[in-house]
Amino acid sequence: MDPARKRTIRLTVALTAAVLLAGALIYTSFSASSPAKTPSQLMAGAEAGRSYQLTGKVAPGYVRRGNTLDFRVRDRSGRAAVPVRYTGTVPDPFRAGREVIVTVRKQGAGFVGERDSLVTKCPSKFTDSKRST
Amino acid sequence: MPVLGRACLILALVACAYGIGASLYGARTGRREWADSGRRAVYALAGLLTVSFGVLEVAFLRSDFSFATVATHSSTTTPGFYKGAAVWSSQEGSLLLWAWLLAMWSSLVLFSTRRRMRAITPYATAMLLGFGAFFCGLLVFAASPFHVLASAPAEGNGLNPLLRHPSMMIHPPMLYSGYTLFTVPFAFAVGALAARRVDAEWIRSTRRFALAAWFFLGIGILLGARWSYSELGWGGYWAWDPVENASLMPWLTGTAFLHSVMIQEKRGMLKVWNVSLVLATGVLAILGTFLVRSGILDSIHAFGASTLGKPFVAFIALLAAGSIALVVSRRDLLRTENRLDSLLSREAMFLLNNLVLVGLCFVVLWGTFFPLISEAVTGQKASVGPPWFDRYTVPLALMLVLLSGIGPVIAWRRATAANTRRNFLFPSACAALCAVALLPVHVAQKPLALCMFAFAAFVAGSIGQELVRGVRARRAMASESVPLAAVQLVRRNRRRWGGYTIHVGMAVLFVGVAASSTFQHTRDASLVPRQTVRVDGYDVRYVKATGRVADDPDGTGAFMTLGAVLDVSKGGRHVATLRPARNYYPGDPSQGTVGQYIMGDATSEVGLKAGATRDFWVAVQPDAGWLMKVVAKGNDLPPSAGGLALAAIAQRYAERPPPADFRLIASPLVTWIWLGGMIVAAGGLVALWPAPDLARRRVTASLRARVAQELGRA
Repeated sequence: MDPARKRTIRLTVALTAAVLLAGALIYTSFSASSPAKTPSQLMAGAEAGRSYQLTGKVAPGYVRRGNTLDFRVRDRSGRAAVPVRYTGTVPDPFRAGREVIVTVRKQGAGFVGERDSLVTKCPSKFTDSKRST
Repeated sequence: MPVLGRACLILALVACAYGIGASLYGARTGRREWADSGRRAVYALAGLLTVSFGVLEVAFLRSDFSFATVATHSSTTTPGFYKGAAVWSSQEGSLLLWAWLLAMWSSLVLFSTRRRMRAITPYATAMLLGFGAFFCGLLVFAASPFHVLASAPAEGNGLNPLLRHPSMMIHPPMLYSGYTLFTVPFAFAVGALAARRVDAEWIRSTRRFALAAWFFLGIGILLGARWSYSELGWGGYWAWDPVENASLMPWLTGTAFLHSVMIQEKRGMLKVWNVSLVLATGVLAILGTFLVRSGILDSIHAFGASTLGKPFVAFIALLAAGSIALVVSRRDLLRTENRLDSLLSREAMFLLNNLVLVGLCFVVLWGTFFPLISEAVTGQKASVGPPWFDRYTVPLALMLVLLSGIGPVIAWRRATAANTRRNFLFPSACAALCAVALLPVHVAQKPLALCMFAFAAFVAGSIGQELVRGVRARRAMASESVPLAAVQLVRRNRRRWGGYTIHVGMAVLFVGVAASSTFQHTRDASLVPRQTVRVDGYDVRYVKATGRVADDPDGTGAFMTLGAVLDVSKGGRHVATLRPARNYYPGDPSQGTVGQYIMGDATSEVGLKAGATRDFWVAVQPDAGWLMKVVAKGNDLPPSAGGLALAAIAQRYAERPPPADFRLIASPLVTWIWLGGMIVAAGGLVALWPAPDLARRRVTASLRARVAQELGRA
């Protein structure tokens, strides 16, 4: 076969494979993703059974019984808060006022956290902590 | 002192600006004295930033809380060992560390190339100083580490207890060394393109720096994984967190570059690909630094309050646009000198390996930035989790391991049926034997894990076969003993054998990852002393609770430690005694007589029995409700009774503990991950070490130059 023609066929096959793989990647990323919501957005409308990534700050007054943690997540700036019942590993920095990310599903009036999905942001790293001179 | 630090930073910025101008003027006019002056500006930058960094380090060691960054990231109670490391726990300190390392590595590379590549180095110098100017600009105008407080507080906030781990002393400097070293090949690629000198010389001169960048970044990533496993209390080592991903992306493209440069050096192929890879790696290194600070993605590390996002975005956009423009404008110079002869050749396998590595990088990039992509497309932020990453990265990792076994034994240019049979028979037999040996056990139910084990055996077989053949050849030629022949074989071609060692290490590491992620057993249980729970056939008995005050053997500064003693046995045979604990750190005085000592952060101290075949990992969480109650009672006491109350709480916990929550994990072959990492590091060192004949050539070349100079004068 003519080497130039051979190269063209190789290139076409490679590009087709790349496009198909990229298409699969893009399709699955949209279908498998969980929307990120703040407490006020979840309060405005959350579908039962669908999973969401809830982000916000831990409100004071959380309760831990055995392996279950009941806490409220409030908006970063605002008062809206939603209750979350969570089971699984609680990260060491978890406490009131800290920023958390947790995957939740609506159940009744509250939300149930997916096991081991709770992430608490590292508190002292890279905060913008300017003070007056 | 802060004045000295700030003055050095301003002078460093001036040195960068001058050096850029001098280097570019020298490059455009061909006046070498200007180019040399630009290079000396890099040395000056290194000196000034060393003084700046020294001033900040001394302020941390002296607990000088007049420095805002010291007050917010250290305290008198932070152990001395960690005070030094607290410098890079702050945004300002970490940026200063970045700039300082950049200046040091830049000085080293420009010193080592001062008599070579005279057309390229002035442009590379200007590029390196461009990076320096950006970071010095941030330190002067946006995130000064020498910000002084109007009145210094008596005590600082302290270093986050989670960061009080030996790995955290080394992890950031390793990562930053990797990031900054990747700017060296980036700058030389820019220089080569700008000077229209796109042969392999710039690659040969900077390959060692690219390898060092890859080495340091890899060690940094591994230390981060180790810290996560032994400190974070969740039992994992990788979570596909954006910040983890940010360090992985340049490492992947850097790995691809280190492989594909061999094709350019040997066959003059893949020139566009190589410059594109090295430019992409440089941009990804800056992207990694940016991700930690921008707050644009939700991560355990990033914080939305940071204000450095915009300058970073502008800088990254400039780098990316400039890189693309440069490659497009020089595409005629980057024409390949040879074509791929066959798809069954080492060149083709290297290319495939590159495509897999870049594919992996694209998957990680897409998944990491998916929240922003999703918001741009659908108007709603959404993210993908670990299962999505695993769906793509697992098959790609399998291909990568297989290719790392094929690459060393397949022939250059074109593999024939005869040499393919000769080279692949033994490695294939190793893979088949491994798969057959594992079939009777339950590994067969997990086909992906089984493939990984078989492919790893294939890698071991192919490298082992190469070693045996090489040793035999040397013995036939020089009649050396087997050990001496093996040592000489490696010494004569350190780059090749360092690379092969890295392949074996990666195979071992991936076996550990496949086994520990596929066959892990996890159990959460709430236990009281003398209760037993079963995990993966092991009986774990909660023997007793422990409580200590001001007795922290790891020296992390914990005021109180509540823990447990667990006995692990199998079939009545004692296997291990584990002592997980929870450390409590001081809060602020407003938290009461007792609360001020222990109501700061708390960290898990994992109980770990690591073994060659299995790790037993335990974390304990004492009842927080009980603790809050006793602390509330203790807070009613007068301030002078705080210490006694704390001792009473610890004693009470040890004698009559409430139920404690345990997470127990039995993971096979986790040790193989760390062992594989160490083998990779050893291979990296072998490849990095200068070859003796190269050293001789350098001396000869310098002598030859001196003799020529003398003759010229005569």
